[in-house]
Amino acid sequence: MATPDQLKTNTPPLLRVTGLKRYFDVSEPFLNRLLEGKSRLILKAVIGIDFKINRGQTFALVGESGCGKSTVANLVVGLYQPTAGKIEFDGIDVASLTSRAQMALLRRRMAMIFQDPYASLNPRWRVDAIVSEPIRAFGLLKGTQAIFQRTGELLAQVGLSPADGEKYPHEFSGGQRQRISIARALASEPDFIVCDEPTSALDVSVQAQILNLMKGLQKKFDLSYLFISHDLAVVRHMADRVGVMYLGQLCEVAPVDAIFDSPLHPYTRLLLDTIPDPELTGRSSQPVTGEIPNPIDPPSGCAFHPRCPESTDKCRREGPELTTLDSGVQVACHAISASSEK
Amino acid sequence: MPEPLLKIEHLGIEFHTRRGTLVAVDDISFDVLPGKVFGIVGESGAGKSLTGQAIIGLLEPPGRIGAGRIFLNDQRIDQLPYHQMRRIRGKKIGMIFQDPLTSLNPLYTVGKQLVETILTHSEMTPNQAHQHTIALLDEVGIPAAEKRIGHYPHQFSGGMRQRVVIALALCVSPSLIIADEPTTALDVSIQAQIIALLKGLCKEHDTAVILITHDMGVIAEISDRVAVMYAGRLVEVGEVRDIVKNPKHPYSQGLMGSIPSLHHKSEELTQIEGTMPGLMEIPPGCAFHPRCPHAFDRCRQRRPGLIDTKPSKVACWLFENEDRSGNT
Repeated sequence: MATPDQLKTNTPPLLRVTGLKRYFDVSEPFLNRLLEGKSRLILKAVIGIDFKINRGQTFALVGESGCGKSTVANLVVGLYQPTAGKIEFDGIDVASLTSRAQMALLRRRMAMIFQDPYASLNPRWRVDAIVSEPIRAFGLLKGTQAIFQRTGELLAQVGLSPADGEKYPHEFSGGQRQRISIARALASEPDFIVCDEPTSALDVSVQAQILNLMKGLQKKFDLSYLFISHDLAVVRHMADRVGVMYLGQLCEVAPVDAIFDSPLHPYTRLLLDTIPDPELTGRSSQPVTGEIPNPIDPPSGCAFHPRCPESTDKCRREGPELTTLDSGVQVACHAISASSEK
Repeated sequence: MPEPLLKIEHLGIEFHTRRGTLVAVDDISFDVLPGKVFGIVGESGAGKSLTGQAIIGLLEPPGRIGAGRIFLNDQRIDQLPYHQMRRIRGKKIGMIFQDPLTSLNPLYTVGKQLVETILTHSEMTPNQAHQHTIALLDEVGIPAAEKRIGHYPHQFSGGMRQRVVIALALCVSPSLIIADEPTTALDVSIQAQIIALLKGLCKEHDTAVILITHDMGVIAEISDRVAVMYAGRLVEVGEVRDIVKNPKHPYSQGLMGSIPSLHHKSEELTQIEGTMPGLMEIPPGCAFHPRCPHAFDRCRQRRPGLIDTKPSKVACWLFENEDRSGNT
């Protein structure tokens, strides 16, 4: 039986990322290396990941700090240039666009919501200037009156009053500021929004308001989201598909229910076990031992093997590839690909 | 019922400012039993951290205790002079702050900071203190404690630093530890380790904990009793199971409903309209009434006290009749 998910695969995905890599050079300056005999240091933030996002859907990336999820967000919107790999948006290879005009056409269709609502709004601009900046930058509307009208509509859409455009960001609370960020993201009428931890700076009751708002807007405008978060409960609520990241690699990609009801990768399982659960289900929680390794000096083989209860010699030697199982779930783990071959 | 270790009666914390007096914590009372974990939960600005600071006597001016009394083992501690309070702080009440990097001195090794604290509060010789420090670091799960004792805070990772801070709070076996958002700055997998550690150590040492957090999950994991705070007031106090499974106050209900669930996917989260009022604009009557779906006239006029609805205590007029019918 074809699920709606499978039917949608006939239309090309809105975003397809293949073999995406981003390395950062964190070496000391040349002279220091020369005098102190230090070698170059390369931080591999993202080590070859693949995923796709279908139209109108939410793909979530989860992981702990330092796993590279925000780097992926910045790569997708073009704030970083990839070291290697391909990003295709609506069938267009982003790297093939050379002229500014072509880039602008694509950029208009993508927007971003940042984590910190205090740092992502210019404190010296009025709210209407902030919200209308994409309209002016892309030349979407002509005339002060038309822009003013549109800004008011946008503010109303996110639950603020059009009169709030007169104010400055400091006059708003964290949740209201995040609403302003969302209004700004919607201003260029994008089809795709990258949300980098949009609610992690907010209190739970405000978080609920923002998540409800984002879901409502998604339905209304048929938006696709790349949703970055470290909070698994939020991800369960928002996402259609989930990718779990660990040290720059995807270790499991699956539909949201599969991730939560039958997690396969040991890291996904441990991550789910460790979250404090407000629902007192009485399940035993087994804390993961060990810490997140330093991405400058990652472990050999599978990056998770030092913390993995099921690691074998093979895991220490070679890193597993992300393989697609019969169920459509993608997992990078030797133990699972071995058992599925049998 | 054992004697409470810490008793707080009608505590009020106020700030005198040029625009008038702001009441940040308004008439709250609760007891902490020895060896138990008492959770205080609420959103930012609810006054939970101030309550913790008031107990340990670290309120920053212009904040001050405007009303009420605090008793530790039947000794009144809210009016003690500075040097006497210093002796209680650290020795009888330990503190764990949110950010482990700012609560350790970056210029001293962790060993030196621990030894200093032990020498200040106990009769140990420096040599004994050194040995005790190694044992403590070992106990909080820091590998190779003999070597790590000579390291500076920046050489530890976030989780390890928080372990050092826990060792520091525990080093002279206080009877109460105030943990203010101890895991907020940590990743979930590290958070789980720290929660398990804190839970285990407190059981072992029979230490009571006041756990201040905004994370209902953390509360559910380790608390015995919970107080929910809103706009500087207690809205509900009770056993953790009752508060989490069956919250009574409309605010607690909204708060629990707004947490996305790990176990099932819902279309929409419960939403409390509006935001918590600022200290300058706390409405008359019940502070929650403008956002409350059940508010009626009385809520707008008079502030409800904590009504014992058994098992939990709720500050809400909705439960007043229930209480009365129970009495008559």
